[in-house]
Amino acid sequence: MNLQPTIGLEIHVQLDTRTKMFCACELSFGEPPNTRTCPVCLGLPGALPVLNAQSIHFGLMIGHALGCELAPQSIFHRKNYFYPDLPKGFQISQYDAPLCRGGSLGDVRIDRVHLEEDAAKLNHVGVSGRIHGAGSSIVDFNRGGTPLVEVVTEPDLHDAEEARVWLALLAATMRQLGVSDVRMAEGSLRCDANVSLAPAGSGELGVKTELKNMNSFSFVKRGIEAEIARQRALLESGAEVVQQTLHFDPRSGNLTSLRSKEEAHDYRYFPEPDLVPIAIDEEMVQRAREAVGELPATRIARYEHLGLSAEHAHQFAFRPALGSFFEAVLSAADGASPRELATWTAHVAAALGERDPDASALEPAALAALVALVGAGRVAAGPARTVVLARLLSQGGDPARIVEQEGVGALDDDAGLADAVAAAIAEHPDAAERLRAGNAKAIGPIVGHVMRATKGRADGGEVTRLVHERLGL
Amino acid sequence: MSAPPRTATEAVEAIRAGQLSARELWLACQAAATDDELNAFTWVADADDGPNEEAAALPFAGIPLAVKDLFCTEGIPSQAGSRILRDYRPPYTATVVRQLLDAGASLLAKTNQDEFAMGSSNENSAYGAVLNPHDRGRVPGGSSGGSAAAVAAGIVPWALGTDTGGSIRQPAALCGIVGLKPTYGACSRYGMIAFASSLDQAGPLTRSVADAALLFSKMVGRDPCDSTSLAFPEAIELPRSERLDGLRFGVPDELTGEGVETGVRAAFEASVALVEQLGASVERCQLPHAPHALAAYYLIAPAECSSNLARFDGVRYGLRVDSQDGSLEEMYSRTRAEGFGAEVKRRVMLGTYALSSGYYDAYYGRAQRVRTKIAEDFRAAFERFDFILTPTSPTAAFELGARTSDPLAMYLSDFCTVPMSLAGIPAISIPNGASGGLPVGLQVVGPAFSEPRLLDAAHALELAHADRVKTIALPSPLRFEGNENGAAGARE
Amino acid sequence: MLDRDQVLHVARLARLELTHDEVERMSRELSAVLDHIETISELDLESVAPTSHVIEIANALRADEPRPSLSREVALAGAPAVAEEGFEVPTPGS
Ligand SMILES: [Zn+2]
Repeated sequence: MNLQPTIGLEIHVQLDTRTKMFCACELSFGEPPNTRTCPVCLGLPGALPVLNAQSIHFGLMIGHALGCELAPQSIFHRKNYFYPDLPKGFQISQYDAPLCRGGSLGDVRIDRVHLEEDAAKLNHVGVSGRIHGAGSSIVDFNRGGTPLVEVVTEPDLHDAEEARVWLALLAATMRQLGVSDVRMAEGSLRCDANVSLAPAGSGELGVKTELKNMNSFSFVKRGIEAEIARQRALLESGAEVVQQTLHFDPRSGNLTSLRSKEEAHDYRYFPEPDLVPIAIDEEMVQRAREAVGELPATRIARYEHLGLSAEHAHQFAFRPALGSFFEAVLSAADGASPRELATWTAHVAAALGERDPDASALEPAALAALVALVGAGRVAAGPARTVVLARLLSQGGDPARIVEQEGVGALDDDAGLADAVAAAIAEHPDAAERLRAGNAKAIGPIVGHVMRATKGRADGGEVTRLVHERLGL
Repeated sequence: MSAPPRTATEAVEAIRAGQLSARELWLACQAAATDDELNAFTWVADADDGPNEEAAALPFAGIPLAVKDLFCTEGIPSQAGSRILRDYRPPYTATVVRQLLDAGASLLAKTNQDEFAMGSSNENSAYGAVLNPHDRGRVPGGSSGGSAAAVAAGIVPWALGTDTGGSIRQPAALCGIVGLKPTYGACSRYGMIAFASSLDQAGPLTRSVADAALLFSKMVGRDPCDSTSLAFPEAIELPRSERLDGLRFGVPDELTGEGVETGVRAAFEASVALVEQLGASVERCQLPHAPHALAAYYLIAPAECSSNLARFDGVRYGLRVDSQDGSLEEMYSRTRAEGFGAEVKRRVMLGTYALSSGYYDAYYGRAQRVRTKIAEDFRAAFERFDFILTPTSPTAAFELGARTSDPLAMYLSDFCTVPMSLAGIPAISIPNGASGGLPVGLQVVGPAFSEPRLLDAAHALELAHADRVKTIALPSPLRFEGNENGAAGARE
Repeated sequence: MLDRDQVLHVARLARLELTHDEVERMSRELSAVLDHIETISELDLESVAPTSHVIEIANALRADEPRPSLSREVALAGAPAVAEEGFEVPTPGS
């Protein structure tokens, strides 16, 4: 049976506003527990929510970036359930009138984008004296009320790696919009996945399960892979998939059912009477539109149009710091091919690892100048990368001077290079003979000899030309 | 001081004129509140915590104010009449209370109330029933029963209450005082422990219409902490009208027929005649959906309350009852079972049911549509009339315990007041004589934000009613120095 | 109208422990109230929009400007059980 997976994602991203969604407490970044609370986010009797304008602005930016339809009027609902991390006994969320609907990112369609408040943090602390024998937990309300945006996709993804790549694109988009810095390890992006399998081409969807609360790109991939494998094994053995909510444990790789003892959830949604409708006006839309810069998906397309490889286009689009550096090199360069400049920018990225180019001593103009020296044959690619670029990254400076100081300038034919070629041919008569006989590969040992003799300063193309010339080919 | 001031307005004038000091008035009220036998208070300030000299320069000149228990007052018990909040002391003060204190009111006491404002008799308080000062065997009405009783008994010049379906107007009527339920959104709800968010409004309970206007004038305003509050479109002046010339009053068939007891009806008819004598026209009219208001109200209010009261879970404040099996679930359900009284449980159950899966459309959704129709009925009526007149309560004060075993009968007490709550429009109850020796109220209703006109009309009626109202005036319990030999009688 | 099982289900949703007597009484009393409420099912409300807010306001937004939070001491002052700088609760699901 050829079973095709279908995957939809629900992603929660914490927004980087200064204050919480419904109160003026500052967002918390590791402050001591319960020091960022007020009557509103503690759910004290009589306290009322007031919506943070910036959360709406960010929501509209996201909606705009994803090509959503922005609802002229949207409202908040109360989602009622009891849990210690939920101070009011309900979460303020959006239900049937979300801020944005429709849209797409890449080739994945967006169902809706809505705003809601985050829950507080519940830390298990083990057995307590007070509650005999049973476990006890501590609630820290610092995180409670942080604004979240929830993005729900249509089931347009079909394998785990595709889901991982798409999620990375979404994260890069959020980061570039400046609405969230998406620190996944700190839980600022959390992803649920709906997974189902059905015979390919059947046009039907199988029974789906929901994987909850995965907080890294690789967990998302591994979790989905595990669930696809589980469902495949079930279906291939003739069993059925049961609709359920699952938790993926990244340490063990196990999937466990979150079978709650609770009755089927009945959230008793109703319009939040303490908040008034959000009516989007032209000015708000305009402001959001202006705040949205170029997005990763657009950037990838533009880079590919410039002739960059798909790999480099993705690399620069997803790492905005790298993308901006490349743009700066591009504008400093005079006539060099963007593809060449991208290759050199990728060398920079490889040399720096996780660090951004801004954190090194390298100026974009210096890299452009170095690429120009290479292009002009003034320095060979090898020493340009290993010697000059390395020095530029650590100390900065002028590439031409470094070439001079390090003595790595290219050799030209009328100086030592012709002699070196002659010496190499003399050293490898067998190779010269086979080359004459038409075996093009035989040139290898001769060029290698020249390179060694010139410590890599010679230009490979020029050496080849001189060898051929000398052998009368 | 020969006789205690009858109203807050008179007290402010007396202090301004140097005939009375704010301190003297405070001490007299503080003593009366301490000696209270009506169970009107859940907390009384110390005698030493009265107004200072500077208060005299403020608009309210330092005169005492009693505040319904459900208003949060920083560091002072704010229990909403519930066991689940026994001795709860909030870290902040409700906006409306803050505004009144800033205007120079002195917080004398917190008043008893039906638990979380759910009730029409004040018998649902975890702190005991409040007695009606006109007949201690009877209820003062509810849920602002403590405020109404305290003001009617003369212990405080005025008090703050809240009205969700009649909780200011009905006790004002049953205690023979003035009670104003403002337009929804006119006063901030921030710091009012919520019952039903889309209906709750703070309002004054006073001994005169002028006092209601005075207190209300400092309560209004947009509060950045309450998204549903609005700036009042005009200043609230003291009402001065003595006539109703040219005004048109409508009397809705649906709220003045069946179910209104004979004495209340007689008083109502007398006041209708009075309205005409004062130069206004009176015509019968229809509010076709008003008979459905109670049903819609008893879905919407419980639904909102079931959600608003979910925060009382034994985690952050208030009562906690530990579970025997150590489970969170049991801690929740036992805490709430012991913390809430019978009526609150009933409404939480009703509201949870009305919102639950499969019933939302039939109950909550439908009720919201009925609400639309009720608001439309009023809008249509106000195209023809300036004001609508009804009795405030279909009956005078009933005996303690008379309706406690029949929730539906209790709910019917709100029959005349609930439609205005659903429509969010202002309504005032003013004393309208007596039925069987017990006070009866007249309700005057206007369109949204018509309070200045409404207060003016009520003032004219109050003047014209003076003779009939006198019959139910109670002696003041206040004692002043040089007046030690007993309570001064009412001024008249 | 509202039978025993329904009462127990709703009580569970509302986290209210009811005694046997309370379940019986609740069933009886709520059924009576719901009987009265049924009168609204007679109305034709097909084309009527629901009212959530009686006043027409929109947005009422707050500028994203921080204000001081409560101190932890104040935040925890009313808590029935405090441990490790937080509100102590029985661990869910245990
Ligand atoms: Zn806060």
